[in-house]
Amino acid sequence: MADFQTKEVSTDLLIIGGGMAACGAAVEAAYWAKKNGLKVTLVDKAAMDRSGAVAMGLSAINQYVGLKDGENTLKDYLNYVRNDLMGITREDVVANIARHVDGSVHLFEKWGLPIWTDDEGKYVHEGRWQLMINGESYKVIVAEAAKNALGTDNIYERVFIVDPLMNGDKCVGAVGFSVRENIFYVFKAKAVMVAMGGAVHVFKPRSSGEGLGRAWYPPWNSGSSAYFTLKAGCEMTCQEVRFIPVRFKDAYGPVGAWFLLFKSRATNGLDENYMQTRAGELENWAPYGKVKPVPANLRNWLMLLDVMDGKGPIYMRTEEAIQNIANEFKDDPKAFKKKMKELESEAWEDFLDMTISQAILWAGMNVAPEESKSEIAAAEPYFIGSHSGASGAWVSGPEDLQTAETKDEYFWGYANMCTVPGIFAAGDASGASSHKFSSGSHAEGRIAAKAAIAYCVDNPAEPKVDYAVVEELKTRILAPLDLFEKNKGYSSDNNIHPEYIRPKMFMFRLQKIMDEYAGGVSSQFKTSKPLIERGMFLMDFLREDAEKLAAEDLHELMRCWENTHRMWQAEAHMRTILFREETRWPGYYFRTDTPGMNADWLAFANCTWKNGEWEMKKRPVKYIHESI
Amino acid sequence: MPSFVIVEKCDGCKALDKTACQHICPNDLMVLNKDLMKAYNNEPEMCWECYNCVKICPVDAVEVRGYADFVPLGASVSPMRGTDSIMWTVKFRNGTLKRFKFPIRTNEEGSAVPDGGFATGTENLKDSVLFTEPASTGMNSIPSLK
Repeated sequence: MADFQTKEVSTDLLIIGGGMAACGAAVEAAYWAKKNGLKVTLVDKAAMDRSGAVAMGLSAINQYVGLKDGENTLKDYLNYVRNDLMGITREDVVANIARHVDGSVHLFEKWGLPIWTDDEGKYVHEGRWQLMINGESYKVIVAEAAKNALGTDNIYERVFIVDPLMNGDKCVGAVGFSVRENIFYVFKAKAVMVAMGGAVHVFKPRSSGEGLGRAWYPPWNSGSSAYFTLKAGCEMTCQEVRFIPVRFKDAYGPVGAWFLLFKSRATNGLDENYMQTRAGELENWAPYGKVKPVPANLRNWLMLLDVMDGKGPIYMRTEEAIQNIANEFKDDPKAFKKKMKELESEAWEDFLDMTISQAILWAGMNVAPEESKSEIAAAEPYFIGSHSGASGAWVSGPEDLQTAETKDEYFWGYANMCTVPGIFAAGDASGASSHKFSSGSHAEGRIAAKAAIAYCVDNPAEPKVDYAVVEELKTRILAPLDLFEKNKGYSSDNNIHPEYIRPKMFMFRLQKIMDEYAGGVSSQFKTSKPLIERGMFLMDFLREDAEKLAAEDLHELMRCWENTHRMWQAEAHMRTILFREETRWPGYYFRTDTPGMNADWLAFANCTWKNGEWEMKKRPVKYIHESI
Repeated sequence: MPSFVIVEKCDGCKALDKTACQHICPNDLMVLNKDLMKAYNNEPEMCWECYNCVKICPVDAVEVRGYADFVPLGASVSPMRGTDSIMWTVKFRNGTLKRFKFPIRTNEEGSAVPDGGFATGTENLKDSVLFTEPASTGMNSIPSLK
C-alpha cells in the first residue's frame, strides 16, 4: 500500500465543506460550542477564501425576504417556492430558512460586503427577492467571519473527505486524505455537518476540449454531499429534481440583470416571443403554469419547444431592451447618456463579478449589447438543491414550524438532521428546500449548526471507532495509487492500460451514459423507462470499473473519488426518475412514456441505500402555509 | 488554455512554501514545476476561469486566454484587485478598450467580527433563535406558526 501516515483528529462537531453553508455553520457553531465547552472542526478540500460555489464572486444575493420592512411575508416566499417547484417542497424547511435569511444578509453587510442602496438607504432590488451587490469578494468576506469565529487551528484546508466513518448504523466521523502530502485523515466526531455542495459534470457538458470546465455551476462540486449521505444510509429526496439554467450561450453568463433589471425579452430565430406564442402550453401544467412568475422549468420548456422545432437560435434582445430605455429618455439626451453609462457598468459588472468568461466571450465577439442581440441556451443538468433544483438529503424540519399534520412526517428531534442520527445537512446537501441560494445556504448552515451542537450536548458519549473499519477504508481509498504504481510502465502511454482506467476517462463514460439515456443536452432532456433501464444496465459495468480507477498522484486520487461520488449521484438520479412515473418539471426532464403530471405524484420520491440495496419510498407533501 | 502562466514573469513564489496560485485554486489545478520554478495549470480543461489565480499572483504572471472551443481569439479581461476595489480592463478583439472599477468591500481586510455587532437575544440552545438574533433580523422576534 502507498506509504501514508494516518492522522487522527478528535472533535465534537465536524463541518465538512467550506462554502456558504459551511461558513454559516462555522460562525453559529463556534458560539454555541464555546458556551458548552465543545470543539468544532472544519475540513475543506480547497482554500476557504475561495472555495465552494461562490469562489468567483456573485453579482446578486438571490434570497432576501425583507421581513423587517414588511416587503414580503413568509407566506409569499412559500407560495413562490411551491409554485416554482410544481408543488414539491418542504415548506417547514423553506420557511425556516426564509425567517433567518435576512439576518445572514445583514451580517454580510456588517462584515464588509457592499450591498447596493438607493438614495434613501434602502437596498436596491434586482427582482422581488434579489439584492444587487458588489460581490467580487463575497466569499472572501463570508469566509473571513467563519475563520475568525473558528480559529485557524480548527480548520483543515486541502483535505478531501471521501467517506463517512460508520460504526454500525451510527456515523462517528469521516475519513479522507490531504491533497498536498501523504496523510490519511481520520476525523472522529459526535456530529457531522455535510456541506460539500451539489454536483456538476455528472452529465456531459455542452462545451468540449478546453471549455469543458465552463459549467454554469463550478466543476469542483462533485456530488460529495450526496455520496456521503447516501453511503451513511441517509434517506435522500428529490434526486430527480435536477436544475437546468438558461443562460447566455456557452459562457453561461447570468441573465437575471437582463431579464429583471433591464426588462429584456427573449425571442427565437423568427423574432417570435415563445412566452407569448407558446402561452397555451402553460395550461397543460396548471395550476403551476398559470402563476406569475412562470416557474423556471416551464419557461425553459416553452423555449425548448421552439428549439426542438428548429426555431433557434434563441436570443436575449439586449439591443431592444436598451432602445426601450433610450425611448424613456428621448427628450433628455444628457440624462440618457448618464443612464447608459450606468447600465453599461451594471451589465459588465454582472459578468465580471460572477462569470468572467462571459465578459471574455463578449469581448472576443465584439459584442455591443446596444447594437446586437446575444444567444441564450439551456445548459446541461446540475444537482443543486439550493437553486431551482431540489436534490439533497431528507432532513428534519424545526419543531416550531410543524402543524398537527406535518409533525409526525417532518420532525425528528433536530432541525436539518438527516435520517441517520448525528448527520446534519445544509445548502446543496439538504433537499426539498429550493431557492435558498447563497444567503439562504448560509442561514441554513447556521440553523443546522445550532441544532448539531444541541445534539452533541444531548449525546455526549465519545464516538466509538472500529479501527478495522478505518484500515479497510484506508486500503480502499488509497487503492487507485497502488493500482497505478503496480501497472505503470507496461504501456508506452500510461493513460491507456488494460488493467485500469484513469479518472478523466471514467468521468467521460459516466457523462456519456447520463447524456444519452438520462436526458442530457444531446437527448434534448428527454428520457423514458426503457432509456433509463438501458442506462442503468451500462452503469452496472461502470460501477464495476470504478474498482479499477488509477491515480498517479494525490490530485488524481481526488479526481478518482470525485468521480465515484458523481457516479452515486447519477445512480440516485436515474433510479428516482424511474420511480416517479410522470413528468412534473418538463423543462428539467421530460419522460416521454409518462408525458404529463399525475395527481398521485404530488409527493416526494425518496431513496435510501442500505446494505447494498436501494429502497424507493413515496412520502406525502404537506404544506404549512395556511398556518403561517 | 484558460489560465496560463507567463514564463518570464513567474518566479515560483520562491519566498513562500507554496505558490499563491496553488494555494488559492478552488479546483487544485495549479502546480509548481520545481526544476524550473515556474507554475502551470495542470488541468486547463477543468478550469472555471474564476480568475482567483490571476487575482492573487504577486507578480502578475497569470492571465486567462478564453476557452478556445468557443471564444474567438484576440480578447482579454484583466483585473487589478486592491484592498477595497477592483479595476477591470476589457480588451475587445477589435481593439476597443473598456475599463470598470467596482468596490469589493467596505471595511478593512480581516475585520469581520462573527456577530457583526448584533446582540445575542437567546441563551437557549434548544430554541430556534440564532446567536445574533433577533437583532440581526431587524425584527423583535423570529416569526413562527400563527
